[in-house]
Amino acid sequence: MPNPPFHEWTLIEAARKIRDGEISSRELTAALLERIAALEPKINAYITVLPEAAMARAAACDEERARGKASGALHGVPVGLKDIFCTRGVQTTCGSRILAGFDPPYDAGVASKVLASGAVLLGKHNMDEFAMGSSTETSHFGPTRNPWDPSRIPGGSSGGTAASVAAGTCFAGVGTDTGGSIRQPAALCGVVGLKPTYGRVSRYGMIAFASSLDQAGPLTRSVADAAAMLGIIAGHDRRDSTSVDVPVPDYLPAVSRPVRGMRIGLPREYFEGAGLDPEVKAAVERALKILTDQGAVAVEVSLPHTEYALSTYYLIAPAEASSNLARYDGVRYGHRAEGASGLIEMMSKTRAEGFGAEVKRRIMIGTYALSAGYYEAFYGKAQKVRTLIRRDFAAAFEKADALLTPTTPTPAFRIGEKTGDPLTMYLSDIYTIPCNLAGIPGISVPCGLSKSGLPIGAQLLAKHFDEETLFAVAGAVERALPAPGAAPVASAPVHK
Amino acid sequence: MAITREETLYVARLARLALSDSDADLLRDQLGRLLDYMKQLDRLDTSDVVPTSHAVDMGTPFREDVVRPFGDREAILKNAPDRAGDYFRVPRIIED
Repeated sequence: MPNPPFHEWTLIEAARKIRDGEISSRELTAALLERIAALEPKINAYITVLPEAAMARAAACDEERARGKASGALHGVPVGLKDIFCTRGVQTTCGSRILAGFDPPYDAGVASKVLASGAVLLGKHNMDEFAMGSSTETSHFGPTRNPWDPSRIPGGSSGGTAASVAAGTCFAGVGTDTGGSIRQPAALCGVVGLKPTYGRVSRYGMIAFASSLDQAGPLTRSVADAAAMLGIIAGHDRRDSTSVDVPVPDYLPAVSRPVRGMRIGLPREYFEGAGLDPEVKAAVERALKILTDQGAVAVEVSLPHTEYALSTYYLIAPAEASSNLARYDGVRYGHRAEGASGLIEMMSKTRAEGFGAEVKRRIMIGTYALSAGYYEAFYGKAQKVRTLIRRDFAAAFEKADALLTPTTPTPAFRIGEKTGDPLTMYLSDIYTIPCNLAGIPGISVPCGLSKSGLPIGAQLLAKHFDEETLFAVAGAVERALPAPGAAPVASAPVHK
Repeated sequence: MAITREETLYVARLARLALSDSDADLLRDQLGRLLDYMKQLDRLDTSDVVPTSHAVDMGTPFREDVVRPFGDREAILKNAPDRAGDYFRVPRIIED
């Protein structure tokens, strides 16, 4: 067994070792598949695992390398994708019964780019159904468990991806973030999670939840890995009309950029709420101290409409979801209910059987908010408050280069603890949601463990398309704070 | 904010969701509670505020309106729950 063991290597280390011939893609892929087989009964981070396809691709990568034909930054490196990205020939379910068995006729933009970089796809990660959830408990395929404590949730909706990265059952993954679904599970699983600027990464072939908020981004074991992954998946895509046509910089140099003189804004509203766990607050303050010790300057800023962000989000996102999910009607793909006598009854029964409780709840809220007589009072009002929230951020970035906040109010909660009370569950995204409403980039970087050994994340926010500042600040935090190390499940011996 | 059972069933019909009696009762209670919370937005005067519909300011992208056949129709059709040749089959729409 190499030291550190292969499952603790970063993505960049794994890519280098394959490139230098220290290990073959076949050896690495086989070892990860063995690890998946051993750990999946404990964490359930994958909906679909692809042993034959992964080994075949690894073998092809090794042959290409032997012939000097290796190309792409991730040549031969095993990774995973959230099951929200369409993958041709591979079941894509979005965590829902209604899409179980769906075989997309094309690859999502993100999937194409990851595969074009040479990566080996190990499988599709578990997720909250249609990305609606903060705990990966709403998946039709069962909850994912946190590798740091399997009695707890990994966060959501990209909980499968975060848990897999933390457990060492892939070197990196790509998730999606509509209201915090990359950053929140990253914080709760002790990994790095980046939501890029809205429009930075193609949404083509990414199953839509709330189109004006959804954004794909990497979950990784290091900040440099996140920078490398963003470099691979970012860029304009003509097939996505919300994709923005701006050049993609080389993000890696930003990770080691000094933070001296940088202004770090602390939004006072994020630190005052009664729901903030004192241990989380202390850990984020420690991260701030690290930054100021390196010459950054702390400045207080205000985001006065923060208290309205949750309401705004939970009107806009379900409204867009109710429209996006209208396509699941049992006609062209997915589940169809038996025994209906007419078309409308078939559609209504199909949707009742195919969707879970959380998806139904959000479709109902969204349909209500868009219905005649209520549109202006709810959806129209929320879109106006969204403008106020964007203005808050614009004013804050006049004073600060980046904002530092907690990613989540508490460490990971127990499975089942919040499922009976939707509003309490929604509050777990309170610090991540405003970023999506404004479309700015955000990253969660590990900043310590609670006394009970659960990871805590610090969130950094920056201006539109200023991911490099996020990498610089997150890199400074990462270098100074001891990494949380391998999760307990990940440390268990699983290899012969 | 009180939501009636009739309103709940009306919204479910709009959303094409068949609800059981227990689902309807649960959703009525939960919707009422959630919409109550969201009414906090009424505290803000937004009469002069322009709504945001796009998070990033950008123009509308255009492309040529060109018809292009999809290369693999069978890949689409094979996902159909019920098909007849190259068609999706659905229950009768127009009754006798």
